[in-house]
Amino acid sequence: MGKTFSEKILGLKAGREVQAGDVVTVSPDTILSHDNSAAIIKEFEKLGVKNVKAPQKLVIILDHVVPASSEKYAANHKAIREFVAEQRIPNFFDVSEGICHQVFSENGFALPGKLILGADSHTTSYGAFGAFSAGIGRSEVASLWATDEIWLKVPETIRVEINGTLSAGVYAKDVILKIIGDEGSDRANYKAVEFAGEAVRGFSLASRLVLANMAAEMGAKNGYCEPDEKTVQWLENREDDYSGVTSDPDASYEAVLEHDISSLEPQVACPHTVDNVKPISEVEGTGFHQALIGTCTNGRLEDLEVAARILKGKKVHPQVRTLIIPASRQEYVQALKKGVIEIFADAGCIVLNPGCGPCLGAHQGILAPGEVAMSTANRNFRGRMGSRDSEIYLASPATVAASSVEGKIADPRKFL
Amino acid sequence: MKKGRVWKYGDDVNTDVIFPGKYTYSVLEPEEMARHALEDLDPNFAQQVKPGDVIVAGRNFGCGSSREQAATCLKYAGVQAVIAKSFARIFFRNAINQGLPVLQSEEAVDNIKNGEEIEIDFASGKIKTEKGVFTFSPFPESVLGILKEGGLIPYTRKKLKGIE
Repeated sequence: MGKTFSEKILGLKAGREVQAGDVVTVSPDTILSHDNSAAIIKEFEKLGVKNVKAPQKLVIILDHVVPASSEKYAANHKAIREFVAEQRIPNFFDVSEGICHQVFSENGFALPGKLILGADSHTTSYGAFGAFSAGIGRSEVASLWATDEIWLKVPETIRVEINGTLSAGVYAKDVILKIIGDEGSDRANYKAVEFAGEAVRGFSLASRLVLANMAAEMGAKNGYCEPDEKTVQWLENREDDYSGVTSDPDASYEAVLEHDISSLEPQVACPHTVDNVKPISEVEGTGFHQALIGTCTNGRLEDLEVAARILKGKKVHPQVRTLIIPASRQEYVQALKKGVIEIFADAGCIVLNPGCGPCLGAHQGILAPGEVAMSTANRNFRGRMGSRDSEIYLASPATVAASSVEGKIADPRKFL
Repeated sequence: MKKGRVWKYGDDVNTDVIFPGKYTYSVLEPEEMARHALEDLDPNFAQQVKPGDVIVAGRNFGCGSSREQAATCLKYAGVQAVIAKSFARIFFRNAINQGLPVLQSEEAVDNIKNGEEIEIDFASGKIKTEKGVFTFSPFPESVLGILKEGGLIPYTRKKLKGIE
């Protein structure tokens, strides 16, 4: 019987043959943390050791509340900078760089075949490059900093075969929303999700990141796309120290789910769960107050360009405020060079600095009671972006841009 | 065995309603975290919860963010254990790492009423309720070790001391 990518990567790390269900003690290649490093440092200090065991493995990126919006956040950032200097952590990215998952990828840490663990639930993102990549808690990260060791259960794998060709105005975000809507928010709990099929091979790395990022919203431990020539091309000039790991053709899967996307229409996740997904035709016309185009799910150049094509020469509806947050400084610069940012500013959008923005409800556009947001993010839980009496709809950058123009949820296909 | 009053909730109780994101980087002390526990799900909870109380919930408890405060705030609110039909993976690990027992039993959840008093016997894996006794699979050795030490940090500290 063949092996899944999860069994192979964790087997390589454990130094023995493993299969789904086995518990392994492993040492990861890279350990990510962000603003929560301040809290992790406090836990680390309780462990009674002075030094981080493998400082070269740590990647710390400040993104959640950047720049600091209060004295408390500022003190957290300061404590992190001091720790980074003391412990000589080489891979530190300060508040200027952007969202951790984008910055981590751009700097060549997200690599095929690697084992990556991070103190963030959307650490699943790096599976887009063929890594085994999972989110863990902060006690675990603190413990990893000290011991460079953690136990993991080898997950069963669900293979999601995505076939067919997307129609115009429909994107990877619609595909993953449809899958989550059909399968439910806990379908992949404790499991790996392998995205495969001709559609996935046709997707850019930016689009594959949308799939792997949102695997977390199916409860997945990790998401994965098979690395191919597109992956190699993306990594060119970034990093070449890796070797791809793929599932065997006769690997044993928990399930193989098939989705044909040829007749898919734009999808919207309605309040207050990500699996409450409806086709655009059922929610068109719903009013809202704030739009957000950005986040680790959909803040890349590819997303900004799609939104700009719709907003070009138009104005954001007077009853709506539209926030644009490029995922990273690098994406921001490219968008600037291509004139995309100018289109947003002309249309009346608010362009904010790269970071998580209001996605987690900490700053830069908090919702008042009774307000409704349209967002390209990955989560729409009650109260996430502010008041517990606010609502969030999730959709693709195209749908959010089209809705911004109309002042109500709109089908982007009308704008093409 | 300790008696505890049940706070019963439904499916998909997510980390944002357990511990809102707006507090994740500003509320740092566990006692203060406890005052915001379940704030966006049940505003009465944090005010009325007593040490030893038990949360009983449906499927996918703790889905969403990796924020460990979701487990910390419940532990410091005095919650003895969470019993659910299933748990989201990261919350499950976080709870154990905070020394908060998380028990999976579909049958128990279906039979326990909100507000009733139940007893949990961790050693034998039994939950005593008004409708009878239900079982859960006892924890594996490794997990028991972490729970016994009160969480992963004291557990690792002890282990590291042993090495020195």
